[in-house]
Amino acid sequence: MEAARSISIWFFIGICLLVDGVLILGAGIYQLIHPPLHPVVLYSLHANVWWGALLAVVGLLFFVTHAPWRHRTKQ
Amino acid sequence: MSPLLAFAVTPRLARLSPVDLAIIIFYFALVLGIGWYLKARSKTGEDFFMAGREMTSWIAGLSFMSANLGALELMGWSAAAYEYGILATNAYWIAAIPAMLFLGVVMVPFYYICKTHSVPGYLKLRYDEPTRALSAISFAFMTVLMSGINMYAMALVLDIVLGWRMDFSIWISALTVAIYVGLGGLRSAIFNEVLQFVLIWGGALLIPVIGLIETGGWENLKLQIIHNTSVQYVHLWKYMGSFHNPMGVNWVGVVFGQGLVLSFAYWTTDFLEVQRVLAAKDLRSAKMAPIIAAGFKMFIPFIVILPGLLGLVVLPHLTGASLAKGGAHSYNAVLPLMMVRYCGPGLLGLGVTALIAGFMSGMAGNVSAFATVWTYDIYRPLIKKLGTDRHYVLVGRWSTILGVLISIGTAYITMQFLSIMDYVQGLFSIFIAPLFGTVILGMMWKRTTKKGGFWGLLVGTVSAASMFIWYKMSPAAVRYLALSKDAKPLAADIYLALWSWLICVIVTVVVSLFTQPQPEKELTGLVYGATEIPKEEGVSLLRKPAFWAAVVGIVFVVLNIIFW
Repeated sequence: MEAARSISIWFFIGICLLVDGVLILGAGIYQLIHPPLHPVVLYSLHANVWWGALLAVVGLLFFVTHAPWRHRTKQ
Repeated sequence: MSPLLAFAVTPRLARLSPVDLAIIIFYFALVLGIGWYLKARSKTGEDFFMAGREMTSWIAGLSFMSANLGALELMGWSAAAYEYGILATNAYWIAAIPAMLFLGVVMVPFYYICKTHSVPGYLKLRYDEPTRALSAISFAFMTVLMSGINMYAMALVLDIVLGWRMDFSIWISALTVAIYVGLGGLRSAIFNEVLQFVLIWGGALLIPVIGLIETGGWENLKLQIIHNTSVQYVHLWKYMGSFHNPMGVNWVGVVFGQGLVLSFAYWTTDFLEVQRVLAAKDLRSAKMAPIIAAGFKMFIPFIVILPGLLGLVVLPHLTGASLAKGGAHSYNAVLPLMMVRYCGPGLLGLGVTALIAGFMSGMAGNVSAFATVWTYDIYRPLIKKLGTDRHYVLVGRWSTILGVLISIGTAYITMQFLSIMDYVQGLFSIFIAPLFGTVILGMMWKRTTKKGGFWGLLVGTVSAASMFIWYKMSPAAVRYLALSKDAKPLAADIYLALWSWLICVIVTVVVSLFTQPQPEKELTGLVYGATEIPKEEGVSLLRKPAFWAAVVGIVFVVLNIIFW
């Protein structure tokens, strides 16, 4: 949906996923370097690293493809 | 004792890291920013109350589904899965999918073509002003009550899970909702519902994935559940022939009470849901919205029911609601417990944000629906008939704030009188089940008259309230309501809905047959047989809503057979 003929809801979702993904990925990498004293169950999977990376990539995709400046350029 | 009250005696579950807090704060900043941005797009009544009627089918569909997917829903049904096993999945399949498909294929054209602003507005067009007033007032009452109870529940959960003060949680969330809905109206509520949908999947999907890895896959999980409980916990229909199953309700109650009446009433006549469909940009998008929502709804059990089932294996000693004390956890907390079990820093913040987003968008949905019904169905016809569009938008903004304030008041009343929590499902059955009878007869049967509609709704609602008071004062009455001495309280609410709907339908039919029928020209655009539904000739199969409804319907049947 084009909310104001320029900014799509998917753009906001892209920002949200990108920021959250980067923060989660960062926390995961920090834990790789400094392993926690009380790890979560199946810590060995390093879920916050790959899940954070996935969210960041999907977020970046939405952010770029629905960016308002791209829309204006097309017009 | 209320399940949530029992939840309150358990110790705090989690501590947030700075990264988790950053994710939560960023969410609040983002929704306020979206509300501020959308303010400029909400100047007319159509913009503020109907989101400009420009939503695509995907946005309307995701919003339609998310309006129902609050955090109470997530936590409540995860807990139900721990208590009842896979039977809890019925809430997402038989009690949702057929009704959503019926709305999309059959009912949406009538709602959409008459260009009503609301369900009470449809009743005004189909029947008369008294019928609209009755349904609008009962809806407004129920909506702010539900909103307040949800707000209280959210504050309680945040208090227990994170140790946040309840006053802080109530006021911060209420003010945020008041600001973003007051500024952007329905469009803002819809934006945040779609955002919530993404956050819920992003925050909750990891739990079943890691849980299945820990338990060795679905087949191993089933074997361990059977070992810890009984075989009844892993079959959806096989043991529904009698009331002797974990849920204490038989297939008649599930199919007709839950699946036909309660579900159809909620999904097709609760304005909180229907408002999202009315905001679609054209008839095809409006028809596709509930069908798309049904497609996603079928897979929600993966992130809601499965964590509860996993809990039966990896957290086998959670106690019943009324037994949780002295450091033991209640199964009402199974979802946050699973979150804490698998989610490290960052992921926990995302999960908590998903819960907060679920609570807030549920509240926003209630408040935006309240503002519309209050402005268009109570204020305009009963208080000021000839205001300007600008005036009604202003009333809408103020009634949004009023709705939030009343909800806060309800939250504090609930805090004082916790037994209100036990009445939620029953109140829902009282107000919504008879309304479905009135709407569906009005929409499908030309012979239904104005007097029939009004008296059916009134008698149905009053008789539902009477039955409710009866079994609340005398719990033994459940056996008469549900027609079995083995019935449990859940069965009472389901059968209450079934009987009140039947009473509404019978009274409506009888009164209609004894009163003057309406001329057909008054029914144009409102009733089946008097309305020309636009044909879909020349449209490819893949763009036909009926085709996708059939696809979703087939998947629904297959899923029920697989988990029979």
